[in-house]
Amino acid sequence: MATLIKERRIVADSWHLLERGPKGELPEVPARGDVIVPLGLWLARREELLARAETGTLGAWIDANEGPEALAADVQRFPLIAVNFPKFGDGRGYSIARLLRERYSFKGELRAIGDVLHDHLFFMSQCGFDAFALREDQDPQEALSVFGTFSDGYQTSVLRPVPLFRRRLAAGKS
Amino acid sequence: MYLYDEIDQKLVDERVAQFRDQTRRFLAGKLSEDEFRALRLRNGLYIQRYAPMLRIAIPYGLLSTKQLRKLAQVTHQYDRGYGHFSTRQNLQLNWPKLERVPDILAELATVQMHAIQTSGNSFRNVTTDHFAGVAQDEIVDSFVWCEIIRQWSTFHPEFSYLPRKFKFAVNGAKSDRAAVAVHDIGLHAVKDEQGEVGFRVLVGGGLGRTPAIGFVIREFLPWRHLLTYIEAILRVYNRYGRRDNIHKARIKILVKERGPEKFREEVDAEWAHLKDGPATLVPEEVARIESRFTRPSYLRLPATDAGLEAALATERAFANWHKRNVHPHKKAGYAAVTLSLKKTGVPPGDVTVEQMEKIADLADRYSFGELRVSHEQNLIFADVQLAALHALWQEVKELGFATPNVGLLTNIICCPGGDFCSLANAKSIPVAEAIQQRFDDLDYLHDIGEIDLNISGCMNACGHHHVGHIGILGVDKNGEEWYQIEIGGNQGEIRPGRGASLGKVIGPSFARAEVPDVIEKLIGCYLARRDSEAERFIDVVHRVGAEPFKESVYGNADQRAAHRRGQLASA
Repeated sequence: MATLIKERRIVADSWHLLERGPKGELPEVPARGDVIVPLGLWLARREELLARAETGTLGAWIDANEGPEALAADVQRFPLIAVNFPKFGDGRGYSIARLLRERYSFKGELRAIGDVLHDHLFFMSQCGFDAFALREDQDPQEALSVFGTFSDGYQTSVLRPVPLFRRRLAAGKS
Repeated sequence: MYLYDEIDQKLVDERVAQFRDQTRRFLAGKLSEDEFRALRLRNGLYIQRYAPMLRIAIPYGLLSTKQLRKLAQVTHQYDRGYGHFSTRQNLQLNWPKLERVPDILAELATVQMHAIQTSGNSFRNVTTDHFAGVAQDEIVDSFVWCEIIRQWSTFHPEFSYLPRKFKFAVNGAKSDRAAVAVHDIGLHAVKDEQGEVGFRVLVGGGLGRTPAIGFVIREFLPWRHLLTYIEAILRVYNRYGRRDNIHKARIKILVKERGPEKFREEVDAEWAHLKDGPATLVPEEVARIESRFTRPSYLRLPATDAGLEAALATERAFANWHKRNVHPHKKAGYAAVTLSLKKTGVPPGDVTVEQMEKIADLADRYSFGELRVSHEQNLIFADVQLAALHALWQEVKELGFATPNVGLLTNIICCPGGDFCSLANAKSIPVAEAIQQRFDDLDYLHDIGEIDLNISGCMNACGHHHVGHIGILGVDKNGEEWYQIEIGGNQGEIRPGRGASLGKVIGPSFARAEVPDVIEKLIGCYLARRDSEAERFIDVVHRVGAEPFKESVYGNADQRAAHRRGQLASA
């Protein structure tokens, strides 16, 4: 079982990630267990999977070139949504995460998967990820230290919805 | 100067600690070359042809003498005694040792400096008019807006891994001295009929291998919406900008592929969600930023100075310098002064440690302890008393920074080129030098009048050759260095009626030794055709077209055709 950082702790992971086949074909959904299905699979078989989703054992994952829009009406059906980072330098997942949290009010586990590295966790967490399936070679113990890299930030983010300038002004007034 | 508060300082200190840890892990073999590359680039550290290169941010080109002295000390201690001011208003050191870079950054942090996001696929240093805050044609003080954007863009969690680099310029005056049309986003301050400040927003401009003039995505964006609107633009770009091909990853390509109208619709759709949200600016924040800028305590002075007038009337060399290198100021009795870093024989933008220290002393004595770096790679003393100009001139002359060539042919913008840069196809500095030597007659230079000549050593266009009235581009032909010549480029609406334009190549390229001759022919062609001294080179190119200029260099169309036939026959 792969290690996972979740809510800033190292935990065991019960979820099984279903990937597309080499030619992009959709995988079969096993009858049992916690599974994360590709967005395309959810969209293709939504009707038949609705009952499974009710059991709380179905998650979905979004690739970097996909949009969270397709999942908009369904996000609350999932206890877990994952966003894939095909390469650590591919920053699309940061926008996808913010949209899921801020626009579609997703409250469940938001997990970064793929090329997820130590040095990227801080910004990922600011954008709303609370779970990180680190790439295998990464040291999870060491990675726990990065969440405190910066003590503040100027912008609005999922963790700090009020930008620094408003907080500075409020502090100045009190 | 904007003075950091505790939080600003803490973030910069935390960045130093973060990069120290990343460097340690790289040296310990825990980070791959590729992974470390992405991290070091966003701290300005390149691995160059001969050694690493560190690009230190000078936000919007504004520098205190305390900071300049620190730069001098760092250059002395960690480098080989000289630095290079770049067209992005930054300072580049060419020989630092990788393992010492965290120490350099720690030193810089003590004077509120850093190298944050000076490279990599990130939001880069915001640039602006080097006469911000003192220009007579000022609409707003662009430094204030640059600082607001600097803060917003620093460590933006969502936009830290953009498809490609992102360059942002702000112009706060009527004349565009910030070249806003050739940036990924350019802002041009405007006031509406009620006197409310807003910005004309341009998107998708840029130089490089696919040069483009930005399109106006919004004619008037009220200032309070600035951050939410650029957030919307960046989000559209971050999600849909191409990531499959590094040469097609800039926002200008996305704008082109979508079409400006479609792009605007997408931005507006995104903005609809962000508009009036918590990132909407408030007057108190603008006032807070404004109040953290130190301001010169100007004296009440008469608008003219008798001593200055007398010196101008009697000393021709001083008058020449005054004509080119002294600029009007919004406060009576003051002027802005350009220190030219374009002396013949010196790579444009280069300064030694000793020079940095002397410049700092001069700025303390003559200009309230501040200076600016211009994107033309000169230094500006923005607040000099008229009565002190003559004395300053004498001191600057001694330092070799009084070349009276600002705006003239020898004030060349030039990248470091093949002498330093691993990307370059050709050398650029020796070309600049050869042109400066050819045009060393000051009277002739003044007669030619205002002209921008820009040189890039490769198509990445760091020397802005596309927007030079004459642009020179180094190209590689079978391992040999050749130079392509463009005419008709213009960086922006510095004079009314002549907006930004891109140069067009005049024909086949030349060997390095031929370049000064070609420039001379182009200048000769211009002088023969201008209708008065007020009509500049660029104006003549746009009035008569490129043909007479091509003719002056390659012969007329028949001669060119005959030449081509001859080449084909002998091939």
